[in-house]
Amino acid sequence: MANQQAVATEQPTPVVTRTAEEQLDLRKKTRLGETVIQAFLFFSGAISILTSIAIVVVLGNEALLFFRTPTWHDIRDDNDKIITLASDMDTQATTLVLPDGLGIKVPTDAKIRLDNEIMQVISIEGDVVTVKRGVDDTNQFAHPSGSQIQAEGDTVSIIKFLTGTKWQPHIGEFGVLALVSATITISFIAIVVALPLGVGAAIYLSEYASESVRNRLKPILEVLAGVPTVVYGYFALTFITPILQGIIGKTNLGVYNMLAAGLVMGIMILPTIASMSEDALRAVPRSLREAAYGLGSTKLETSTKVVLPAGISGIVAAFILGISRAVGETMIVAIAAGARPYFTFNPLEAAETMTGHIVRISTGDLSRGTIDYNSLFAIGLTLFVVTLVLNIISRQVASWLREEYD
Amino acid sequence: MSIPENTTTTTQFLPNEQQVQKNIRRRNRQAKFWQYVFLYSIILAMFSLFMLFFSIVRQVFTYVAIYDQVNPATLSDKPLEELSKEELGDIIETYYTGIRTGRNDLRTIVFQDVLGLSINEQESIADRERAKETVTVREIFEDKGKEYPSALADQSIIRLQVADYAAIIEENLDQNSLYDFVTQKVVQPLIVDSWPIDQYLFDRSTIDAEIAEIEARLRVEKDDPTLEVSEPEFRSWIQWHLLTETIDLSRPEDAGLRTAIIGSIWMIALTILFALPLGVGAAIYLEEYSRGGPIARVIQTNIDNLAGVPSIIYGILGLALFVRVLEKITSGSAFGLGTGGDTANGRTILSASLTMALLILPVIIINAQEAIRAVPDSLRQASYGLGATKWQTVWNHVLPNAMPGILTGTILAISRAFGETAVLVVVGSITRITVDPSGPFSRFTVLPLQIFALITQPQAQFRNVAAAGILLLLAILLSLNAVAVILRNRFSKRAV
Repeated sequence: MANQQAVATEQPTPVVTRTAEEQLDLRKKTRLGETVIQAFLFFSGAISILTSIAIVVVLGNEALLFFRTPTWHDIRDDNDKIITLASDMDTQATTLVLPDGLGIKVPTDAKIRLDNEIMQVISIEGDVVTVKRGVDDTNQFAHPSGSQIQAEGDTVSIIKFLTGTKWQPHIGEFGVLALVSATITISFIAIVVALPLGVGAAIYLSEYASESVRNRLKPILEVLAGVPTVVYGYFALTFITPILQGIIGKTNLGVYNMLAAGLVMGIMILPTIASMSEDALRAVPRSLREAAYGLGSTKLETSTKVVLPAGISGIVAAFILGISRAVGETMIVAIAAGARPYFTFNPLEAAETMTGHIVRISTGDLSRGTIDYNSLFAIGLTLFVVTLVLNIISRQVASWLREEYD
Repeated sequence: MSIPENTTTTTQFLPNEQQVQKNIRRRNRQAKFWQYVFLYSIILAMFSLFMLFFSIVRQVFTYVAIYDQVNPATLSDKPLEELSKEELGDIIETYYTGIRTGRNDLRTIVFQDVLGLSINEQESIADRERAKETVTVREIFEDKGKEYPSALADQSIIRLQVADYAAIIEENLDQNSLYDFVTQKVVQPLIVDSWPIDQYLFDRSTIDAEIAEIEARLRVEKDDPTLEVSEPEFRSWIQWHLLTETIDLSRPEDAGLRTAIIGSIWMIALTILFALPLGVGAAIYLEEYSRGGPIARVIQTNIDNLAGVPSIIYGILGLALFVRVLEKITSGSAFGLGTGGDTANGRTILSASLTMALLILPVIIINAQEAIRAVPDSLRQASYGLGATKWQTVWNHVLPNAMPGILTGTILAISRAFGETAVLVVVGSITRITVDPSGPFSRFTVLPLQIFALITQPQAQFRNVAAAGILLLLAILLSLNAVAVILRNRFSKRAV
């Protein structure tokens, strides 16, 4: 040992003399790579914020356009018949011939529309209307006799949009309640199905089932939650509706109806409600149950009088989230509920929900800038606000539970 | 005085032994009853799932009634299977001479089925002919090593007559193939109606009545009193051509889903490409770089909110943002790409993938966050202790450990994207698309969208095709989910 040390000391020690610049710098260096990576990571996180902003800006902006665009409505005569062109009109003609004895009651300078072309009325002499063609950057087309003439109407006010009960774009009526009524009816049916079943299933899984039974049953709910909604739509249309028709009668229940759509939507949101409620019930501390058993309660009394009230905020949260899911659900209603935007709460009728209407409009031939196209965004904005509010309430309610027992 | 009073009140308010027993029995009965109610709600959920699958399967395996659009009796006096090659050839010639587009139809059959020419080869022949060059029968047939009647050797291959094409077909097909040709293309059996298998088993009389009705109607319509609709025969709508053929909206029995499947694969691949790095990046930022900070809290709330936004809202966003505003980029015209009129607007695979990426981003982020949070802190401390930088720690230790969890979340997100319809109804278009997508700037359709389009077809047999498509879709989704579950189990075992 000593010998070794001696040898070591005999080695010439390399004397390192460092100038001030060469001194080993142990301070944290700024690494360019790390900074770039951190910037990218921040950007990834910020994407979600950008998405939210984009949703609000895009929906808001286009919805604003909707409220600013004038509506078009059919021009009708005194007998409420739609007035159409009496003779063909070629690409350059500046006069427009109406059927005998039917003047149109529009002021001069008013705008009228044939097909996609907008014209400005210059003068009206009996059945002949002189117009300026291709106004508002529209292209001039030839119009065959029988083409419908539409006149420019007022813009849609927000109040009218939110309180109107008629959705008939061809007469300039855009009352979203016609669509909301179907959304409410179907969501109501869905909740009536899903809430008792979901909570019942949750109580069974959390209070009654043994661990192994639970592990076997839960995947079934997960599969149910993973089935694409278009499949549920098919299920409603080709299976549930015929069965319901067999019970209620084909004359009372059409091929498209809100009842089948609502029932199937209930099955669809059942897993959401069941698993959220189960989480809430399992979060209730064991001591509460043991206290209840200690007082001689049966399992039922423990579950319904102690555990359920303790976990109620989680169940309410699940309930609200279920409504939000039902309101935003699209394919089931697009397939099974029909395409009638009428104000009705009768589940046996066909009716169109907000989401169903968006699908129908966007699968058609939509040219940008038409009021139909813009109405999509106004409906979308309404839907977004409703679901957002529901989701926020749901999360808030759920957090009360967590605060109570954490 | 007070003692007797007390005893009376006690005996008044405390139930006696018998009452107690009765009460307990009642409470226990009640408990038992409700236990079954709770059990039945979960059994009902299972039952719904079973019925859901049953409703699909019964539409996939059906019994169909077929009638021959061209009555075989009018083609030949003998039954078709007894005819010789020459007689079958004559039938083909007579049949195609009788229909207006016969020559073109027959030429297409020779080009595609006999010679196996690709579209490009066919077009190059047409181009050369347009340039007044004669493409001879000998040239093409010798090139492909097929037999041709020597009388036609020097003639132009696209200017042959019906009789010549028929002769070529007769020369190149054997007896059986020729018989199949006649029974398929000439006789043209058509499915007139289909019935679910359960109805066939339990309700034959209704089916027979309906067949009789259809037969009577067709006899009047076609003015052919000998016309016959076949007895119901079994047909499975899951067939190989589902994967190899494209959609044909005139013949449900030949309709395939190839275009939609390829579209789905393209869309999913691009979606992962966008969503995975961004999603994992966001999760790392939230968990490793700014945990608990004010920015992280804002982003977190935001992500939770986005996760609850209905998918159709994303569709509208995609329509306005990617299809319209960024049309130049998403249609490929900014890069001078895109195949002209086919991709004139922004309804491309790229738009769909970008929208879908935004939709599944919250799912990926939330799952990746959980996986990263589950990585024990000791690993990070050890790494820092050895002098690693933050990123080195994340890249070399946190990410590899969190990978199974991240993958599980990603697979779940993919399966969501695979089945998602509402977004693509708005961003894509459900109009008939029969051309396979060739790149990010192609128009497209995907499996669930095609299913939706099939459901909305008026002809009932398309519902059977839709059911077959749904079965395919469910099979893909269930296998994806199974992979996710296996990954998760393996992950949780290792963590313990």
